[in-house]
Amino acid sequence: MPDEVFGVSSALEWWKLIFGAFKAARVSQVAYVPDAGHTCLIEACILDAEFHAIALTTEEEGVAVLAGAWLGGQRGVLLTQSSGIGNCINMFSLAQTCRFPLALFVTMRGQWHEFNPWQVPMGKSTDIHLTAAGFQTMTANSPDDVGPMATATLDQAFSGGGMAALLLHQRLMPVKTFGT
Amino acid sequence: MIRSDVLKSLIPVISDQLVVCNIGLPSQELFMFDDQPSNFYMLGTMGLSSSIGLGLALVQPKKVIAIDGDGSVLTNLASLSTIANNDCGNYILLIIDNGSYGSTGDQPTYAGRKTSLAAVAKACGCENVVECDAVETAATVKAALDADQMTVIIAKCQSGNIDVPVIEMNPVMIRERFMAEVRR
Repeated sequence: MPDEVFGVSSALEWWKLIFGAFKAARVSQVAYVPDAGHTCLIEACILDAEFHAIALTTEEEGVAVLAGAWLGGQRGVLLTQSSGIGNCINMFSLAQTCRFPLALFVTMRGQWHEFNPWQVPMGKSTDIHLTAAGFQTMTANSPDDVGPMATATLDQAFSGGGMAALLLHQRLMPVKTFGT
Repeated sequence: MIRSDVLKSLIPVISDQLVVCNIGLPSQELFMFDDQPSNFYMLGTMGLSSSIGLGLALVQPKKVIAIDGDGSVLTNLASLSTIANNDCGNYILLIIDNGSYGSTGDQPTYAGRKTSLAAVAKACGCENVVECDAVETAATVKAALDADQMTVIIAKCQSGNIDVPVIEMNPVMIRERFMAEVRR
């Protein structure tokens, strides 16, 4: 798909496919940190009574909260930016050791028209860290990828009893600046 | 009283409750005193047993007691804000504050010096915060169980450890039997 396509509004509504996949997979807990890339998805989950959206102070807190939700019989997902993966590495041991299902939806930084070089190191190593921590990962490079990959990620976590992450390529997001 | 004395005194109160227990010696002590399928032991990943407990309390109606330590809470102080802002009446956070990192050799924590975890919890927005002496812990937890109000308890005790065996149970088994108790 040509890059220009990512500038039109319909291509930016890929988040609706994730939202629909959450509903289809009977997800009820949505743990998140503030994130520009996930803004629409977070707002939709907050407004929908089927979801309990819980704002976190840091990403690894979400790994623990979702483990607790699973102990109580509910499915949850963690919405995070690629930089947040670095905050979670140790806590991922909880999911791997106790075999808690864990589904991550990761908006990527440091990949594409990134204005902030500080985002690049985690952007380059997110997939490596996740794989080393025991996750199966997929990367959605275009809006067409998002729906089926979101469903597959949730299936791997909740049907396969595993750790799965969908990486949402930075090309899916509007180019971000600090207002310049 | 040291932490193990506090835990031992709690057994009559918490034995039939859902308990999420902090990493290291606290879990090993609880396991030795009164292993129950309703106990979820953290065997790794310091900090955030309080957050596991919160996640559990948010999704089901049974009372949940998260046992944490001052050192562990200090690693994730901001989680007290999440707890305060996601208020649920079936959640009790018991911080056994011995002013030291007991599992690593009793190095002092800042909670044993200038930092007040009770003040931090209140500043984070926790509305029902109780600081008690070690000997009052069981009665304080009992009162919290009898109330339908999220409660944060900071039980002040002496530092010190006893010899305890490691928990040899498989972590998956710990999780599965705990989940069966939640469903029961």
